[in-house]
Amino acid sequence: MKETYGVVLPNMGLHDLVGKLIVIEGTDGVGRSTQMRMLKEWLEQEGHAVLDTGLTRSGLVGKSIKRAKEGHTLGRITLSLFYATDFADRLENEIVPALRAGFVVLTDRYTYSLIARAMVRGLDPAWIRNIHRFALKPDAVFYLRIGVDDLIPRAVFTRGFDYWESGIDLYSTEDMYESFRRYQTALIEQFDKLAEEFQFEVIDARAEPHAIFQRLRTAIEQLLVSPGPVQAAAPPAEVAAAAGLSVVPSPISIGERAERIAERHEKA
Amino acid sequence: MKRYGEHRIPGRLFVVEGIDGSGKSTQLTLLHQWLKAEGFGVVFSEWNSSPLVKDTTKRGKKKQLLTPATFSLIHATDFADRTERNIIPLLKAGAVVLCDRYIYTAFARDVARGMDPEWTRELYGFAVKPTIAFYYRVPLEVAMKRISDARAGFKFYEAGMDLGLSNDPDESFRLFQGRILEQYEKMIPEFGLTVIDATLPIESQQQQMRQLVLSKLTQARQLRVAP
Repeated sequence: MKETYGVVLPNMGLHDLVGKLIVIEGTDGVGRSTQMRMLKEWLEQEGHAVLDTGLTRSGLVGKSIKRAKEGHTLGRITLSLFYATDFADRLENEIVPALRAGFVVLTDRYTYSLIARAMVRGLDPAWIRNIHRFALKPDAVFYLRIGVDDLIPRAVFTRGFDYWESGIDLYSTEDMYESFRRYQTALIEQFDKLAEEFQFEVIDARAEPHAIFQRLRTAIEQLLVSPGPVQAAAPPAEVAAAAGLSVVPSPISIGERAERIAERHEKA
Repeated sequence: MKRYGEHRIPGRLFVVEGIDGSGKSTQLTLLHQWLKAEGFGVVFSEWNSSPLVKDTTKRGKKKQLLTPATFSLIHATDFADRTERNIIPLLKAGAVVLCDRYIYTAFARDVARGMDPEWTRELYGFAVKPTIAFYYRVPLEVAMKRISDARAGFKFYEAGMDLGLSNDPDESFRLFQGRILEQYEKMIPEFGLTVIDATLPIESQQQQMRQLVLSKLTQARQLRVAP
């Protein structure tokens, strides 16, 4: 049975959440989205229905957050609460219905990223943790970890320094390199603490995407065969439909297929 | 981040609380007029008015997208924006700030919707503690009568229709406001709310209010606007 971190939201009902909740965490630019894509494809080919989701995508506030950030006008408490609202919306309207319908829910970041950002911005650690106590405890959290020295070349040679990834609201310096470095260092420090506190599985993100994928795959395979396999809960079609989800059936054997997916993604 | 009760700022913060139809907004408007006439630098801040957050709240309400949790969180976001950009800077500058509804409204509504009471209090842990929080206490029937005289029909969330208490908006409103009254009663000792009997004549309520406010302003000459 699923649990939360201490606060259960009204009407949530934890007893029938039979799916698996898998979280990929990590700072910016560690390759989370590549892994998300590969994992989704592999899991679907294995016959698992997958919901992939991430931060600030909720129907309620996702757009508003983007718009407000463009103006750079949100205070730090306000921004944290805006994120928490978005998170609650996704939890209630996407994640929980999908888990109830027996889906594997893959989420690109989770409540921990929001806690880490708030802490870097100097908010009370107890306060931000308490607010996020309504979050469901995931079945697994994989933390793709990278040091700041390895992260910088990736940022430089891919998309450059993003304002928000450089903590533009925090540092008055005009030097993007300097603020990116400071901000990411502070974030990694917080993530390392959270990794211990919440027992993340730490994965060295300097490795090749293919190797990281193999590690994730092995761990997730174990999770899915352990008590209460996901398929056991034949998802009532109407539950899935109500949540706006589609089921992809056809279970196929594990193994080479995963390799092929990894290779294809690496080429792309 | 300073928590409730930890802010040491020169301004004064007065807030009014009570169910719809308690007459609290009328009382606050009268106080506002008087303070202005007395030469105080006074600013009015309304519940649910942050320009950044308001549209989201409005859309959520209109399309009935809000659950008890997101209803609670979006209002806290709005309040945080007003606190960070408005209330705290004004109080630092020495203003008298008046709020029509404050965190106690959120506590009453959120808990009436089934949210965890401790969690909602923590959610607003960043709020400035008011100099005085007035609670306009009124029996439900009196409030209902005043409202039905003044306007037609209740809004969906206002009547707590999201809780499915009753399909009849009037009945749902009554049940929901009854729950809210219960919460207010609990908060009187918890937060030291100043109770005003809202069935008294408007003038005598206002007189009480002005006396209490004045007692908190006498040592605060800097709050006056230069002539």
